[in-house]
Amino acid sequence: MTEIPEHLRKRADEARQKAAAASGADKPADAAPSEATAPGSEATEGRIPVHLLDRSKAAANQPSPGADPAPGGGGAPAPSSGPDGHNQRLLTVVKSGSIQDTKSVPQDKVHVWPHLLVAEFLAALAVTLFLLAFSIFVNAPLLDLANFNQTPNPSKAPWYFLGLQEMLTMFHPMVAGVTIPGIGLILLVMAPYIDKNPSKAPEDRKFAISLMTVHLMFWAVLVMIGSFFRGPGFNFIFPWNSGLFFEL
Amino acid sequence: MVDSNGSKPTGQALAERVQGSQAWGSIFRPGSIFRKGYSDSPRNRSYVIMNSVLYHLHPVKVKRHAVKVSYTLCLGGLSFFLFIHLTVTGIFLMFFYRPTAAQAWNDILTLQTSVGFGLLVRNMHRWAAHLMVLSVFLHMARVFYHGAYKPPREFNWVIGVMLLQLTLLLSFTGYLLPWDQLALWAVTVGTNMMGFTPVFGSQVRFVLLGGVEIGTDTLLRWYVLHVLMLPFVTVIFMAIHFWRVRKDGGISGPL
Repeated sequence: MTEIPEHLRKRADEARQKAAAASGADKPADAAPSEATAPGSEATEGRIPVHLLDRSKAAANQPSPGADPAPGGGGAPAPSSGPDGHNQRLLTVVKSGSIQDTKSVPQDKVHVWPHLLVAEFLAALAVTLFLLAFSIFVNAPLLDLANFNQTPNPSKAPWYFLGLQEMLTMFHPMVAGVTIPGIGLILLVMAPYIDKNPSKAPEDRKFAISLMTVHLMFWAVLVMIGSFFRGPGFNFIFPWNSGLFFEL
Repeated sequence: MVDSNGSKPTGQALAERVQGSQAWGSIFRPGSIFRKGYSDSPRNRSYVIMNSVLYHLHPVKVKRHAVKVSYTLCLGGLSFFLFIHLTVTGIFLMFFYRPTAAQAWNDILTLQTSVGFGLLVRNMHRWAAHLMVLSVFLHMARVFYHGAYKPPREFNWVIGVMLLQLTLLLSFTGYLLPWDQLALWAVTVGTNMMGFTPVFGSQVRFVLLGGVEIGTDTLLRWYVLHVLMLPFVTVIFMAIHFWRVRKDGGISGPL
């Protein structure tokens, strides 16, 4: 036999004393009948409508096996007939939420076939057609055979590294080529662990969005300058005056 | 071929014989639409995914908002598709290319002038590579602006940043292979920068170049990195990336 927890016993005692003090004085029956019949919490115990109490008193006088909520339960210190003739004991309190809450909210879902696969297929088709058309009209560059004795002027890295090459004009190579991109990369990897803001709504993320936009724009502008505004000797030029010095 | 009963049209009888054969049944799983035919019903829509290899990539159902093109812009999927595209065109190019300083440039020239569709396939490989760098980058920006890196997707963001770097490395190693002036000097600029890594900069550069200067050893080294090692690593990271997308409850959102 499990013991009745201390706090529940205390609560039941208090309720019993309160009920004894009020000696059967009933409050207006504002509680729903279903709530009142539930043997349990002290909140409802004071509010059991008088007609129900009468009924349970009558039931206590002529006990039937089904009416007893704990048949055969001994050991508990509760008297066989409590205040107002209750023969019920508080065993445990089950909060409604733990029974009634469903764990997952049903989601609006669609079948992957056809809804997602068709979209993916069309996107892949569009990109393939674009690549095919672009490749028919624009040839990939193939310059002269590599020649160690002839350095082209300017010598440029692939376009995605031109931001770094651009920074070489401003900083020491270790800072421009290693330190700054290294720190940037580490910050990028750490972003989910740095940004503790749980909200995904753009209006709650003004700082994060601003920071990322400035960061992306910083690199985009550097790449643009490195690609289009740098001529012989990696000097600043305007492409509309001096022409393009850029190969993909 | 004449059907023994003569009651059914020949084509239909043949189809039934083929679909009833052991070989056919061994190729397509029970429930496959290629065994039992397809008529549009919710059950068959599920079977299309469940009984095909697509089940490795896609669940049977996704959130309705997840198929909205305006949310994802298809960028992640297109990055994956471009990777496949690059693999296919890359394999074609490998048939005509030898990674030595004496032969690489001539092989490319021969490919462009004497091999059927050689120029076209090389063009597609090159433009798809640039496009993939762009689409992976834009995919990252999209994910950031949607806050999709937040729990429980933190680790998948980390994998994604790795994939971005692998994409850059794949593109950069491919840059050297034509062995023309553009390739040589672009790679010279790039590797010189890496040489400034603190403490062990010269070692990093030596390992990357396979020597103190760019040469035929560098070409071989970058060729192996480009066609084998980096794609291998990338495929593993992609597998983890896609697996985590599903395990973390599909794509993020709606906002």
